[in-house]
Amino acid sequence: MSSNTEKPVAGNLSAELREASTESTDQDRRPMSREGSPCGVRQEELEPEHAEEVEELGRYGLLTELSRRRFIQASSAVAAALTFDMPKLLEAQGTENAASVTLNVNGKSQMLTLDPRTSLLDALREQMELTGTKKGCDHGQCGACTVLIDGRRVNSCLTLACAAQGAEIVTIEGLAKTSDSKDIADLSPMQLAFLAHDGYQCGYCTPGQIISATALLNEQSKGELSLVSWQAGKTERPELTDDEIRERMSGNICRCGAYPNIVAAVRAAAKEVSA
Amino acid sequence: MKSFTYTRVTSNVQALEAAKVRGASFLAGGTNLVDLMKYQVEQPTSLVDINHLALADIKQDEGGGITIGALVRNSDLANHPLVRANYSLLSQALLSGASPQLRNMASTGGNLMQRTRCYYFTDVGFSACNKRNPGSGCAALEGYNRIHAILGQTDKGPTSGETCIATHPSDMCVAMAALQAKIEVEGRGGKRTIAFADFHRLPGSDPSRDTTLREGELITAVTLPAARFSKNAFYLKARDRNSYAFALISVAAGLEMEGSSIRSVGLAMGGVAHKPWRVPEAEQSLAGKAATPENFGRAAEILLHGAHGYEYNRFKIELAKQGVVRALTLAAQGTSEVA
Repeated sequence: MSSNTEKPVAGNLSAELREASTESTDQDRRPMSREGSPCGVRQEELEPEHAEEVEELGRYGLLTELSRRRFIQASSAVAAALTFDMPKLLEAQGTENAASVTLNVNGKSQMLTLDPRTSLLDALREQMELTGTKKGCDHGQCGACTVLIDGRRVNSCLTLACAAQGAEIVTIEGLAKTSDSKDIADLSPMQLAFLAHDGYQCGYCTPGQIISATALLNEQSKGELSLVSWQAGKTERPELTDDEIRERMSGNICRCGAYPNIVAAVRAAAKEVSA
Repeated sequence: MKSFTYTRVTSNVQALEAAKVRGASFLAGGTNLVDLMKYQVEQPTSLVDINHLALADIKQDEGGGITIGALVRNSDLANHPLVRANYSLLSQALLSGASPQLRNMASTGGNLMQRTRCYYFTDVGFSACNKRNPGSGCAALEGYNRIHAILGQTDKGPTSGETCIATHPSDMCVAMAALQAKIEVEGRGGKRTIAFADFHRLPGSDPSRDTTLREGELITAVTLPAARFSKNAFYLKARDRNSYAFALISVAAGLEMEGSSIRSVGLAMGGVAHKPWRVPEAEQSLAGKAATPENFGRAAEILLHGAHGYEYNRFKIELAKQGVVRALTLAAQGTSEVA
């Protein structure tokens, strides 16, 4: 290995990736999140692929196969709900404290009926179909659930959804310029930097890492300090050394240990943004 | 999580009124409260969201000190120009705690109200915890007590209803103790000011109570007196991981120098007791003295006088003494830089 193994900067890579992305076909595209029904399991629409399936199975007298599949889908949704202690189930049963909450997420307002116990994280994932934000520990220890509230990074697992009413929330889905998941050119500089520097392994913590790193750049541009700034004696507009990046990203845990590449991604994005 | 009602209030009067409901809790940043509600350690029946009260300002006081609104977030407090310039001890302490995300959420008042991180308190699977379940005993005394107290604890055996060796987990509070902050509160009976040393309690015979705050009282502000340690301050935190971990021991050290001798001292420890540990005699022992390791060592002996450790935390006694000497030495050098 040479002493400097920096990969191509995000800017160059974006062109490559954009080229690659045009090769993917439209069938990969999933409909973007629709206005979800306010509670319970989403009503499945019969998409064209399902219509074909119905016809096919009907031809062979196997329509029961379809209902079996649907049953498995539904029961795994319930199992998942139980695993994650979903307030949704309680909501389905009715709760005396249910409240109307309007959340502004990625520039769109949506009114939800929620049990006050619902965390912002659960509201995003289970009610608004914004599953990019991840549930790791659910106790503010891992950072996988990091979102921006009024431009500041916070743990959405410890934020009550009703307390977030009136605030501007940005999730990983709101960072790119378009909501087209295949349009890589429109990713934010930090998203591109994570791609360019392979800042992940399994990817589960990545949305939280990217949101957190995005906020980090903003904090640093405002001259905010970290403990490392004090310890390094750099309390006037501290630069983003690797020590600074590590300290400022310490609220985001990566079980795969992709930290070296995460630091490289943040370092590269910082250069890109300040250039 | 147990069910609760949620009320958002927009004035102190409304907040105090809403807090009259039996089982009500104020919700600020929620980083500790919501977490403990998930564990069912805290079970409020009503949450009064105070985040929209006008308590988020930092003001310069006429006497030279500052007033910090109870809803000023930890990250904003640490980065405020007045705090950076005059109370670096507080900025260092705040930035030693938690993560950037949590500091963005956590409020000044909420940090004061933080509960212990004793594992036996936060895990309802353990029935014996005098803090969570008064009279039930203390599972930590003969359990894994690495993070527990060595000073000021109540130890009458594991089955006593008075025993508690929990520690207060805050970094911010340790700096505020050394700075001799005051806490402004508002209750149905009016306003009052509480000296920092009188706000948090030792467990005594009632470990369930962390503070001397009365029921329904709202913390509105913390005031700091005119800065004495703006040039010579150091916050030292020893922990198992270099970031995002609670202190095993921490030391807030501030020195007011007069030439080469010490004029006055602010000195407090975290991670060692049920409250930030400050002994005025330790501070006074250094007045008029030179900033030498020997003098700092004597102050450390006074501060740690009567320390008593347990199976897994005896190391804290020596670590604390060394930490006090090191923090005072670095403070005397007039830099927060660590080689």
